[in-house]
Amino acid sequence: MSPSSDAKTTPKITAQVVAKVAHLARLDLTEAELALMTTQLTGMLDHFGDIDKLDLSAVTPMAQPFPIKNVYREDVVVPGLDRQEVLDNAPAPQDGRFRVPPSNGAES
Amino acid sequence: MTSEFVSVVDIVGSIRGGKTTASDVLEQHLARIDKRETEIHAFNHIMAESARANAASIDADLKAGNDRGPLAGVPIALKDNMCTRGVPTTCSSKILEGWKPPYDATVVTRLQQAGAVIVGKTNLDEFAMGSSTENSAFGPTRNPLDTSRVPGGSSGGSAAAVAAGFPGGSSGGSAAAVAAGFAAASLGSDTGGSIRQPAALCGVVGVKPTYGMVSRQGLVAFASSLDQIGPFTHTVADAALLMEVIGGHDPLDSTSLDQPVPSLTAVLGQGVKGMRIGRLADMPDGCEPEVLARLDAAFDALKAAGATIVDIALPSLSYCLTAYYLVAPAEASSNLARYDGVRYGLRVESADLISMYGATRAAGFGAEVKRRIMLGTYALSAGYYDAYYGKALKVRRLIANDFAAAYQSCDVILTPTSPTVAFPIGEKTSDPLTMYLCDIFTIPTNLAGHAAMSVPFGTGAHSHSMPVGVQILAPALGEPTMFRVAAELERAS
Repeated sequence: MSPSSDAKTTPKITAQVVAKVAHLARLDLTEAELALMTTQLTGMLDHFGDIDKLDLSAVTPMAQPFPIKNVYREDVVVPGLDRQEVLDNAPAPQDGRFRVPPSNGAES
Repeated sequence: MTSEFVSVVDIVGSIRGGKTTASDVLEQHLARIDKRETEIHAFNHIMAESARANAASIDADLKAGNDRGPLAGVPIALKDNMCTRGVPTTCSSKILEGWKPPYDATVVTRLQQAGAVIVGKTNLDEFAMGSSTENSAFGPTRNPLDTSRVPGGSSGGSAAAVAAGFPGGSSGGSAAAVAAGFAAASLGSDTGGSIRQPAALCGVVGVKPTYGMVSRQGLVAFASSLDQIGPFTHTVADAALLMEVIGGHDPLDSTSLDQPVPSLTAVLGQGVKGMRIGRLADMPDGCEPEVLARLDAAFDALKAAGATIVDIALPSLSYCLTAYYLVAPAEASSNLARYDGVRYGLRVESADLISMYGATRAAGFGAEVKRRIMLGTYALSAGYYDAYYGKALKVRRLIANDFAAAYQSCDVILTPTSPTVAFPIGEKTSDPLTMYLCDIFTIPTNLAGHAAMSVPFGTGAHSHSMPVGVQILAPALGEPTMFRVAAELERAS
């Protein structure tokens, strides 16, 4: 089978890569979790290298079982969710809104 | 006493015929829950009070001559990843503990409109990620037929809730089919086998419908292009009835198919004469001999009933695991980004927004969910997208092409549902890949968007008496054919 033009699926996973991915995923991992995750991801990605054997150059990707199209409805008012019911679920509702910590880290 | 109410169809008939009441049926199920739930842990939340009120209201209506629908008085359990307004919906995750959805999932509304009595929310692998229900933040569910074994997953609680009426212990399998369980039926969700695999391991019927046949509105998303809701029941006829109630177009789900559910209850007696049943010419390694023996027996039964057995090939089958374990985590990493400690669920306070996100998600998610978020984020990240996610989508096309070719020569395909029977709790938790291999036969259906179901077909004969499930695969919208085969296997088992 001729090698495909696609990138190979076997780059080396390092603890640094895992730490970067954890940051992208907004997951604070402990040192122990990072080490375990590095080992486990390496094992999985090694296994997943099996598809490198396939020539996929002429294959169309399939992201959905059936073609997706925009679905429209008439622009009419329909009842929405109950505001209080929604806010009651929030960890820190305030004045009808969701309170969050400052995005720049400074408490005002 | 209980045996005459074993199936949904019988319960409906007995209540309508005045032989019993919805309240009596409910109390029988609640009594079984009282007796065995501590041992099984099928539920995250039991809704005894609202169920009693619903049953009483159904009884009052029936007495007054008002029809309450095709499931009037049937106790049904829901996997705890389906939204129930004002009732906790946790996905067995600490990050959603205490969340009370402000709306009902479409399937919940349809069940209620059909007269079903919701008895509770069942345990699952956290966010439906797993094959054993051991990944629940609230502790594992045990297989009611042998409590040292897993019920399968991720809808393990839903399967166990239906199966739990069976006597436990090693004689459970042979004594099966006499009791009705914690619920007469339940709903699960199936992303890579999470209905069919636990159905097989618990000895009940489980259906993964064609993608889009059942609305996903209000199903907490795991992998949106793969997820589908379906029923667990004791009988094929019950599953057909449930499908007719929950299926059909829903304008609130943009991937919902714009057509009615085909009639399924009407086709069950049509038999399989002249039908072409596909058999994998190359069976993947790793199947227990007793599972393969039951599969052979299933082929023999269908042949005896007039079907033809045809050898088929799915050359890409062995690559499905890789495609699935890249596509599903990729979609999950995106879907689970919404758990950020802002609008609902857990928050771990921190000085700034970004560290609040990281601390909340670290505290709220369990190990398997973190692993899949990491895998998915990696597969989607710059520099790796083409090598992983992009390639996985192409392999997904290959398996769909394989199926298209196979269905030129057969109407359905028969495989084991799971390579093994229910395994001991703890046996596969240390190595995620071993656990992932449980899904080899169920994953291809989800990747293709097709229909499939598992039906119990006897038990292993030698080392144990755990149930074996046979899986029927059908093309998209092939449910009528699939249910005819299921009904034939049920008659033969």
